[in-house]
Amino acid sequence: MRLLNEEQTMIRDMAAGFLEENAPVTALRTMRDQGQDYDEKLHKDMAEMGWFGMLVDEDAGGVDMGAEAAGLVAEEMGRRLTASSYLSTAVMGATALRGTNEAVWAAKVAAGDGVIAMAIDERVKHRPNAIETRAEKSGNGFVLNGAKRFVVDGAGADRVIVTAMTDDGLGLFLVDCALAGVNARSLKTVDSRNAADLTFENVQLDGAALLALGAPAQDVLDRVLRVGRSVASAELVGVSKEVADRTVSYLKDRKQFGLTLSSFQALQHRAADLYTQIQTTEAAVAAALKAIDDGSEDAEVLSRVAKAKAGKTASLAVREALQMHGGIGMTDELDIGLFMKKARACAEYLGDGECHGEWILQQRGL
Amino acid sequence: MTDLQEFRAATRAWLEENCPDEMRQPMSEVDVCWGGRNWEFKSDAQKIWLERMAGRGWTVPTWPTECGGAGLSGDEDRILKEEMARINARPPLQSFGIWMLGPALLAFGTDAQKQHFLPQIARGEVRWCQGYSEPGAGSDLASLQTKGVDCGDHFEVSGQKIWTSYADQADWIFCLVRTEPEASKHKGISFLLFDMNSPGVTTKPIQLISGASPFCETFFDAVKVPADQIVGDRGYGWTIAKYLLTHEREMIGATDSALFGSDDLVEVARDALGLDDQGRLDDPILRGRIADFLIDEIAFDAELARAKAWIRAGKQLGAESATLKYTGTELNKRRQELIMAAGGLAALEWDFADAAGDEKASLWLRSKGNSIEGGTSEVMLSILSKAVLELG
Repeated sequence: MRLLNEEQTMIRDMAAGFLEENAPVTALRTMRDQGQDYDEKLHKDMAEMGWFGMLVDEDAGGVDMGAEAAGLVAEEMGRRLTASSYLSTAVMGATALRGTNEAVWAAKVAAGDGVIAMAIDERVKHRPNAIETRAEKSGNGFVLNGAKRFVVDGAGADRVIVTAMTDDGLGLFLVDCALAGVNARSLKTVDSRNAADLTFENVQLDGAALLALGAPAQDVLDRVLRVGRSVASAELVGVSKEVADRTVSYLKDRKQFGLTLSSFQALQHRAADLYTQIQTTEAAVAAALKAIDDGSEDAEVLSRVAKAKAGKTASLAVREALQMHGGIGMTDELDIGLFMKKARACAEYLGDGECHGEWILQQRGL
Repeated sequence: MTDLQEFRAATRAWLEENCPDEMRQPMSEVDVCWGGRNWEFKSDAQKIWLERMAGRGWTVPTWPTECGGAGLSGDEDRILKEEMARINARPPLQSFGIWMLGPALLAFGTDAQKQHFLPQIARGEVRWCQGYSEPGAGSDLASLQTKGVDCGDHFEVSGQKIWTSYADQADWIFCLVRTEPEASKHKGISFLLFDMNSPGVTTKPIQLISGASPFCETFFDAVKVPADQIVGDRGYGWTIAKYLLTHEREMIGATDSALFGSDDLVEVARDALGLDDQGRLDDPILRGRIADFLIDEIAFDAELARAKAWIRAGKQLGAESATLKYTGTELNKRRQELIMAAGGLAALEWDFADAAGDEKASLWLRSKGNSIEGGTSEVMLSILSKAVLELG
């Protein structure tokens, strides 16, 4: 029931074609087995396609296509478990830079020159407003102290955008990872991507590192998270659809008791229930992305519903996929496990159903 | 102004002037205007509102004007609905004629049938019921056994239907009967229309667990049905029935919460349980279940909006309507369970002998039928697994 216009269909088909060739699931598998977590050529090729400039103004060298377009690309990445800093750099990084009129780095992002990571979380659960990292004013600039956990794409990033409290409220800082006092402990993650725990010890920032301060910083952070979680949700929809498709195919092939599994009603109904969940999730995610592009007031709540629902649905999809594949689903040789790992990581990142459910309850006065 | 903007402005002005204040209040099931030969209007306002809206063809806005409609486009229809919602205007008329028979006649009826039956539906003059299920043919509807014997100038119909909504109050019935006993079960069914006043028709209401009796058993004993009251050819009834079932699913899945009861879960929970000193609902586990529900409900709203856009774009939902029916009805059952849980002991106060339709317990009990009527949840899952996933 998805209505895509001509341009959207083109974006999706191009993304699918490019990724199928250049970043399929086997590419992630190879990177994992070789101990790599970043593919520079892929990053450059994607930038060449315009993907890293989708949320960058045309004046800054971007193509300014909006969140819906970014979601279409992310969904295709989810289908193929594409290992890329797209979400960190092209979606959240670019949104932060655009919101703060930082054109130099926006242009670099669009051109595919460098990785920007978001240093937001400090706790084991996503609590973006629980910030103990401090930036104290010092001369023209600031001194940064604190720690950030699980900065996705943080190992080897060129810049991180750091949330820190100042005497004047929230500050957003663009921090050069090469500065003295910035330490990154690279983490191996369940989904074979890269993340890092970062510490900042008396890091001297010049005035230009401050992107936004106070209420404007909060607005930009809210927007970054809104866009980030909506696009991440689209990626989760891709994960869900791909494992569901693979499972339905498997049910049609695999024979037991002299019958294909597809003839068992218990399995038919589970597959059909999963289908309905994915449909509803796809609709919620599309509504969130559209609300962002329309500048609608509903964008905040819709983005939270999208992330909560997409995480739950992806979790259901990978669990059902594994169970219905049976023993073969437990093997590393089959890809189902890779999708399961991605679903777990992506559902947790930027907040799970409980995190966003809590926000919705508070908004509704409960 | 564009044409649509002009249409919106004119619609808004007309509604402001013509919709009586009493018809701008929240409604429950007892306030529905069903129309029909024996209809007793609940108020003058209800009567005036129906007459004014029918006069403009706005009881069935998208039907052609010669059939009692206004011939509105999809966009105009949406604007009319939005403008009605803006002032909380009640639907002037609801009926199985509008929801189901009308679309079937528009698609499959002869010109004479359309011109005769549709304007009566649009004006609320004839109330229709649907004769589908039988005691031995529920989910397996196509195995129905009510006989229709072709006697030349008429069919003679004998048998029994069950779960006939409001059959005791309906004027006419659209009914599936087996006219070709030798044909395979799907090819032996015809779609007949007849007057419930015909000799040989009797109805008996069925009392539900909710206390209400919206359904009947309906008996046919050699009922004579004129030959020109068949829709489509003999043996073509299953095709029409399937088309209608799709409509019914869209409708049941898409019914807005007003018909499911206006008790808002959030309000019930807040009023009944209260908030703790941090302003949170004073029942953390129920609170978590409500959060899960709200997420699913808002997501389903997006799915419904998408389905409406799909239809406006001139596309058919087809088997996808099963997704709406399954998800919407299961969601409503969850909502009613949560409302009862939030209402606690207070929600248990309820008198079966004197049950009003909009009490919490009535709505909770009634909701259990949502995932049975119009095709069970299990039938919906089977439709999706066969028609969409091609499992089988």
